[in-house]
Amino acid sequence: MSSNEDFLIIDNISKRFDDVVALDKVSVKIKRSELFSLLGSSGCGKSTLLRIIAGFEKPDEGRIILDGQDITDLPPYLRPLNIMFQNYALFPHLNVYKNIEFGLKEEKLEQNLIEERINEALTLLELSALQKRKINEISGGQQQRVALARCLVKKPKLLLLDEPLAALDKKLRIQTQFELVNLQFKLGITFIIVTHDQEEAMSLSDRMAVMQQGNILQIGTPVEVYETPGNEYIANFIGTANIFEINYNLENKLFANALNAFIESTKNITTNKFLLRPEKIEISKFSGEENIQINKCIGTVKEIAYLGSYTKYLVKTDKATFYVFQQNKFFTENLNIKWDDKVVCSWNENSIFPIND
Amino acid sequence: MKIQSFLLMISKKLRNYKFWFVFTPYFWLVLFFFIPLALIFKISISIAEWGMPPYKDLFEFTENGFQINATLNNYIYVLSDFYYFKSYLNSLSLAFTSTLICLLIGFPIAFYVAKSSERVRNIMLIFLIIPFWTSFLLRVYAWKVLLQGNGLINSLLIKFGIIDTPLPLLHNHYAVILGVVYTYLPFMILPLYGYLVKFDLNLIDAAYDLGAKPIKAFFKVILPLSLPGIVAGSMLVFIPVVGEFVIPEMLGGSDRLYFGKMIWEEFFQNRDWPIASALAMSGILFLVIPILIFQKQYEKYNLK
Repeated sequence: MSSNEDFLIIDNISKRFDDVVALDKVSVKIKRSELFSLLGSSGCGKSTLLRIIAGFEKPDEGRIILDGQDITDLPPYLRPLNIMFQNYALFPHLNVYKNIEFGLKEEKLEQNLIEERINEALTLLELSALQKRKINEISGGQQQRVALARCLVKKPKLLLLDEPLAALDKKLRIQTQFELVNLQFKLGITFIIVTHDQEEAMSLSDRMAVMQQGNILQIGTPVEVYETPGNEYIANFIGTANIFEINYNLENKLFANALNAFIESTKNITTNKFLLRPEKIEISKFSGEENIQINKCIGTVKEIAYLGSYTKYLVKTDKATFYVFQQNKFFTENLNIKWDDKVVCSWNENSIFPIND
Repeated sequence: MKIQSFLLMISKKLRNYKFWFVFTPYFWLVLFFFIPLALIFKISISIAEWGMPPYKDLFEFTENGFQINATLNNYIYVLSDFYYFKSYLNSLSLAFTSTLICLLIGFPIAFYVAKSSERVRNIMLIFLIIPFWTSFLLRVYAWKVLLQGNGLINSLLIKFGIIDTPLPLLHNHYAVILGVVYTYLPFMILPLYGYLVKFDLNLIDAAYDLGAKPIKAFFKVILPLSLPGIVAGSMLVFIPVVGEFVIPEMLGGSDRLYFGKMIWEEFFQNRDWPIASALAMSGILFLVIPILIFQKQYEKYNLK
């Protein structure tokens, strides 16, 4: 049981609804005990893929193999996996205990084993005090833990989570994020998370797949996807991206009209665009001469948003606008840079990343 | 001064539209429910006599002074004659059978309508309501035409050589059940639809996901959650069918006597208003008490 084997193989899955292609020959391999995210905006096919893995939808073509077993034609009630729904889908006519018990009753287990497993889950998710409550008598965060407990008592090989944090408020979401990761680490169950929230995907996942219009655009670790996005769409979808055109490429001297600056990069740039993330740009007040330089440009600050830990600047050059995010590393009473100030923006040569359309 | 301020308060109350919202249902109940019920009760404890109305006044001033002409004999008569009780049981059995059939037909329809897309749903709901545009008397009469010896169904069956002589489709209690189910089906479907439309389909998927096969998912999730709709729909069918008169009269035969028909006969043929009223009152009591007990139990179950 090596940790590198392909635990879940999604092989060439296609699905159409009437004339709409929901999934177009999607293939992914997910490792055992991995926390994997499917990330995309609504309608990208991520939820359809999740429903196909769970067995609620039949794919038009392709296979799904879980732990060496082809489960493509198994009905959902025979699949050794569980799903946590976005709205949790807890049974409103049953109390917390009965909700968690529901799935175990379907397995032919001894009564004391059932009770043992439920109590284990109740303790793990800190629900013991709530077990007699009805679902509408507990908070959203508690409902989420009940939904999780209801899945975990089944000891699934694979746990699918559909927008697990979307129904929680922001503070609770961040706390729950960490709890989910810890839980997954403790139990070693393979998690697949569907989300439209890129921050959520980045903070939760070991690896993630970015989806668009029924296709997977890129699979990688959060660092890979953020730093080396496969194309312009991904660069814009994950975080904030400044993307500039390269107008001349002469003897490895690149020139960007938008910045009125020469670009030097440690990478070999063959594309006609490059990515420069806002936090990789240094900003300082302009003083001195205005001439064309390498990896440095001059602009005017058009907007400032002070966000506490960092400040967002919108900088305008003659031909473009772009973002600069600067960490507020030192105590300040006033921002040094003001609206309409002339500024110099500079960056390191390894911050330039070539990008495809 | 006090009276004036009191009148002012009353007139203020009457001009407040909220008062009318609260008052109207009570007004309605008193005028069309409690007063008629009291009148029927009054007749049911009166003594029958020839004349118009065909019963003695409850309170009388005669040369012997003030006299109350109340009696429980009507009730004793009605309750002691098994003939009446039998008809009541027939009506209960009709109501029970047709409620069950309505539920079995109505549930899948209500579920289908509730889970269709909004466009399909609206069309289906219109189809459910369209029959109400024709008087139900006419619709039951149409069944009579369809079912009779030389009616459409028998003619077709004979034409295609399936049978030689017409089937006795009309004037038996099966025809009554058919008519009742046909008439009351929408009253089952609409409240069921009202509950099922709020039903979260993810709950069914969740049941499957947790290992429940479709039949188990139905009995453990769908059924308990639609119980209030089932109860509401069943009440709307069961209660009026117990007193149903028109359908048994038009489609039924001499094989079974029903309670509604019994009251009608006492009232119009025997002109024995006190007996008819006593029958009606007993019928209400026999029906209302079990339903009240059921309601209490059901509330308790729901609170649990």
